[in-house]
Amino acid sequence: MQKLSTLMEKLGRHFQQGGRYERWYSLYEAVDSFLFGSNTRTVGAPHVRDGLDLKRIMSTVLVALIPCVVMALWNTGHLANTALATLGLATPEGWRGSVMALIGCDPASHLSNLVHGALYFLPIYLVTMVVGSFWEAIFTLVRGHEFSEAFLVTGLLFALTLPPTIPMWQVALGISFGVIFAKEVFGGVGRNFMNPALASRAFLFFAYPAQITGDQVWSAVDGVSGATPLGQLAAAQPGQIMQSLDWSWSQAFIGTIPGSMGETSTLACLLGAAVLLATGIASWRVMLAMTLGALACALWFWLTADGINPLREIPPHWHLVLGGFAFGLVFMATDPVSSAHTATGQWLYGLLIGILAIMIRVANPAFPEGVMLAILLGNVFAPLLDFFVIEANVKRRRLRHG
Amino acid sequence: MHYLDIIFRSIFLENLPLSFFLGMCTFLAISRKVKTAFGLGTAVLAILAIATPINNLILNHLLKPGAMAWAGQPDLDLTFLGLLTYIAIIAAIVQVMEMAIDRYLPALYNSLGIYLPLLTVNCAILGGVLFMVERDYSLGESAAYGIGAGAGFFLAVVALAGIREKLEYANPPPGLRGLGQTFIVAGLMAMAFMGLAGMEL
Repeated sequence: MQKLSTLMEKLGRHFQQGGRYERWYSLYEAVDSFLFGSNTRTVGAPHVRDGLDLKRIMSTVLVALIPCVVMALWNTGHLANTALATLGLATPEGWRGSVMALIGCDPASHLSNLVHGALYFLPIYLVTMVVGSFWEAIFTLVRGHEFSEAFLVTGLLFALTLPPTIPMWQVALGISFGVIFAKEVFGGVGRNFMNPALASRAFLFFAYPAQITGDQVWSAVDGVSGATPLGQLAAAQPGQIMQSLDWSWSQAFIGTIPGSMGETSTLACLLGAAVLLATGIASWRVMLAMTLGALACALWFWLTADGINPLREIPPHWHLVLGGFAFGLVFMATDPVSSAHTATGQWLYGLLIGILAIMIRVANPAFPEGVMLAILLGNVFAPLLDFFVIEANVKRRRLRHG
Repeated sequence: MHYLDIIFRSIFLENLPLSFFLGMCTFLAISRKVKTAFGLGTAVLAILAIATPINNLILNHLLKPGAMAWAGQPDLDLTFLGLLTYIAIIAAIVQVMEMAIDRYLPALYNSLGIYLPLLTVNCAILGGVLFMVERDYSLGESAAYGIGAGAGFFLAVVALAGIREKLEYANPPPGLRGLGQTFIVAGLMAMAFMGLAGMEL
């Protein structure tokens, strides 16, 4: 390690201003700071006394995402293995089959589940990272800003929100759209107004609804198609919808239900939330307000159930564990860049997203799930909420101080 | 309830700038500051709320086939004069509005500049009126639709202005500064608004 550090430092002077490879400085900086952290110190006042920089924030989010990733691997593999077992097959077809032949597809074996899930998750993640880093690198080189670690988070979040069956070219297209049009066009991390991972997901959602809408689908094995819980509920008979569901509340809570890879497990998201809240990275106001907004809206729909729309009869506590609600709540809505910045603004922002999420989910037959779109709408209105909070504050202080 | 439905629908689901991309010129030009956008949004809201029902009255009592029966001309069909009449009515309202704003809100008058008289030919306003004609609204419905469509424009332009104020700290590539970036923002906003399309309440 010491040797590598000296080597990097020696190489460093070629990349400094006036050095031979000055143009490539941002790439050198990215590798160097990824491996060793930054040497930069503030020289003049004000001195920054906290080590909490962008890199630390982003690494914390990555740590918080670990439970979700593990659960994504296990659940994807578990669903695939279960589907294979029902079909009576030993191994899946294609290249995954040759790998799985070494371990065997047993839904009871955690190792087999994890490996099988990884065979679905890793290719998607790899494509996301390669394509996304490519665009990121082009922009850093041409625009001369730093290669930001935030992309690691964006890439992981994006991969976790995808279904395991998505074609690779769509993954590449989606992340390209998000990185370019939701982030780099505005000058990179911290200058965007919309969460790039969500923008990528929404772009795919509207451009290729057949692969991603989620009323059909998403078990990883060819020939087996099952509906996601929300899709199943939407098709249920009014009056007895909870009985028609194949899964129990605790199953949905732990996350052994079909869905996008990372979003199914509320438990894993809560573990992530604990990390984010303990380190103060994510805003508790947004999380609390969004939960309250969703509960209030769900309660209203539940109490005014009309016997026509089956989705109205989902009890409020079910709403919290279905679909991508927990994932969006913990990791997407709290994005410090695109959420509201003022305290009051964060309350309003959270409430708005919570209410809209349930409203789109229940009252909009066009889309089975509303969390992603609700957060995007929240992003759109967040600057406005901040503006009014600040204006009100200015007005109040002016009254107080004359 | 029916009127509320029309208002809700025209604000969120059939938002003029973000779902139909109508009225883009003013939408993009007057959205640099929230306060100006506020003024413009209010002006458009007022014009739409007045112009839509007035044009509805004119359509139903002067232009439609048989509408001139009270004047002894039951066979007369004047709908070919429609576009002309709607624009003239809108122009008259804009003119009055302009004089009022000049008199009472000179700061807003100056910041709106040429875009205030240009509201006459704003496609959002004419579009709102033509939607009213196409959908065969009654007088009450068209009043509700005018208010809703105007409020939708108001909401969209104020939200865009909020985002653009935040984006003052952005660092877009030189070619995209200003309008180019705003087009992209409007596109992303429209994508978010698609989440509401198709809602049934």
